[in-house]
Amino acid sequence: MMVVLKELTTEELLAPGHRLCGGCGASVAARLALKMTRGPTIVVQATGCLEVATTIYPYTAWRVPYAHIAFENAAAVASGIEAAFKAMEQRGAWKDHVDVIVLAGDGGTFDIGIQALSGALERGHDFVYICYDNEAYMNTGIQRSGATPHGASTTTSPAGSKIPGKPEWKKDFAAICAAHGIDYVATASVAYWNDYMTKVRKAIEVDGPAVIHVLSPCPRGWRCDTSESIKMARLAVQTKFFPVYEIEHGKYKLSVKVPKPLPVEELMKSQGRFSHLFKPEHKGEIEKIQRSVDENWNRLLKLCGEVQS
Amino acid sequence: MGFNGDEALAYAAKQSTVDVVSAYPITPQTIMVELFSEYVANGEVHTNFVCVESEHSAMSACVGASLTGARVLTATASQGLALMHEMMYIASGLRCPIVMGVANRALSAPINIHGDQSDMMGSRDCGWIQIYCENAQESYDWTLQSFKIAEDPNVLLPVTVNLDGFILSHAMEGVEVLTDEEAKRLLPPRKVDCRLDPKKPATIGALCLPDYYFEFKKQQDEAMKKVPAALVKAVEEYARLSGRRYGILDTFETEDADVTIVCLGSTAGTVRSVVKELRERGKKVGLVKLWLYRPFPTKEVADAIAESKVVVVFDRALSFGAPYGALCQDVVSAVYASKAKPLITNVIYGLGGRDITPAEIASAYEDGLRAAKAGVVEERVKFVGVRE
Repeated sequence: MMVVLKELTTEELLAPGHRLCGGCGASVAARLALKMTRGPTIVVQATGCLEVATTIYPYTAWRVPYAHIAFENAAAVASGIEAAFKAMEQRGAWKDHVDVIVLAGDGGTFDIGIQALSGALERGHDFVYICYDNEAYMNTGIQRSGATPHGASTTTSPAGSKIPGKPEWKKDFAAICAAHGIDYVATASVAYWNDYMTKVRKAIEVDGPAVIHVLSPCPRGWRCDTSESIKMARLAVQTKFFPVYEIEHGKYKLSVKVPKPLPVEELMKSQGRFSHLFKPEHKGEIEKIQRSVDENWNRLLKLCGEVQS
Repeated sequence: MGFNGDEALAYAAKQSTVDVVSAYPITPQTIMVELFSEYVANGEVHTNFVCVESEHSAMSACVGASLTGARVLTATASQGLALMHEMMYIASGLRCPIVMGVANRALSAPINIHGDQSDMMGSRDCGWIQIYCENAQESYDWTLQSFKIAEDPNVLLPVTVNLDGFILSHAMEGVEVLTDEEAKRLLPPRKVDCRLDPKKPATIGALCLPDYYFEFKKQQDEAMKKVPAALVKAVEEYARLSGRRYGILDTFETEDADVTIVCLGSTAGTVRSVVKELRERGKKVGLVKLWLYRPFPTKEVADAIAESKVVVVFDRALSFGAPYGALCQDVVSAVYASKAKPLITNVIYGLGGRDITPAEIASAYEDGLRAAKAGVVEERVKFVGVRE
């Protein structure tokens, strides 16, 4: 199944008028996901940009039931909601099936929320967890997270004269989720809307937990123009910097093939968060990143059966 | 039936048509979740038991479940309660009528698994209703009554049912129980009022800035003020059904007492027996035991000790750097707001599960009687049962 543009609903469950920045990838990720619901749906959110900019009381941008409880526990909250509907159904107090979709940023997922997420995946609750990854704590002013790529300058991993941005490497989040033995894990990029939306629907239809890790640029934090958000999301895929694939029942499948990959330098030079890597004192860093990207890509190709292992 | 405090609570939960139990094991609460798991495993309840990976997630799942309109219970102790701390404010702020059993236990460091009330005292400003039990019977009775209070439409606040770790959680007693039919009559399944109903989409947990936050908190405080009336209503109904009558607080021999001890939980049983002995020897001593600690029954406490010359407040927790232990601070405030002005002393006792003996309690009464005669207290805060 692939999404057909003409058949998409024109209904906007994330209403316009919210206060997210121009070019915000998270708003695209949320809006597109909500076009793929199949029936009654509840959105659960972790604290983050998407939450603070869409729910400023007495206004709300959400046309679906919505619960934000705290930062580190969105998966646990979803567990409780799912469990409660099941129990109430059993005693005849509730009828309709309700889909539960979690939307959480990379901070609320890779870092502070990973325990609650791991627990919920292990317990097998029927919910979809979408991590919109803008590669730092953007809500609090661009601090590094476990999803921030190596070399990126953030306010807590600033590019200094000695240390060229974040020294550590991004976690392999999809592999962490897949290691729980769940039926469906996918990565996506908001630039590939069709692929992403198809995956959202696929995830909803899984009976049990499903995870989507979607790259959602933040022009403010990535230091690029607000009009370039989707371009950046595409560039990340075309440089093999953010591979787009799915893991269904443990089986890897490449979703977006990259026959003519661009060098990572193309991505680095278009985003201010990497600009320091072009200074002479940090020479060699970009090559190091390129090597890592290539290694990761080759490993992934093997997992996907695209090349002989 | 023969139950320890934990089992009594689990049995009451079984009779309460609880939809979701989400909990994490911790000594001395573990028996509760173990027994409840058995009920689930044997198909004796319809409950969905969400056995989470931490207490923080336990309370998070409870909040999510409660927002759907389900009836929800959890249980914890000590470090587990401390880990839940953040979520406790959110549970009360979002007006989730969750009931939580707490087998009160000391807080680390040093680590200690035994009973004191430091855990709950550290959470006393979380906006939860707090009830303290004296024995396993009360653990059973208050669990059933707590759902009535929590779910009262004028209240909609979470409740903790506190039982002293090991002293109550693990001590077996004879407990009178309602039949399942009686329990169901008292507490019918929760009428589902789903706040996350897809037919009526609402945003729960919105961001409230300085222009609205304060009003939310004021409303929450108003709900807290309605707790005593809801409690009285619940205990009346319960008394009619069970023949066991509870209230905001319990008094024993306070009418003409010169010295009154105020305390929480299981210690009240020991104090009561000491009062009986001392009364036989002609000493005018009495006891006030609080069932309801939050909201603090300011007027009721002041009235109960109005005739006393000296009040000795027993705290099984320290409030570091504070003028008194937590309970004593509240009693002092209650007295300050009333006409009667008894002398007040504070006893800190029983930390980390150290026993309090009848002799120590009798000695506290003797100190009180001396102070009553002299018109002055020797020691404002006294540590009892600790090596110097």
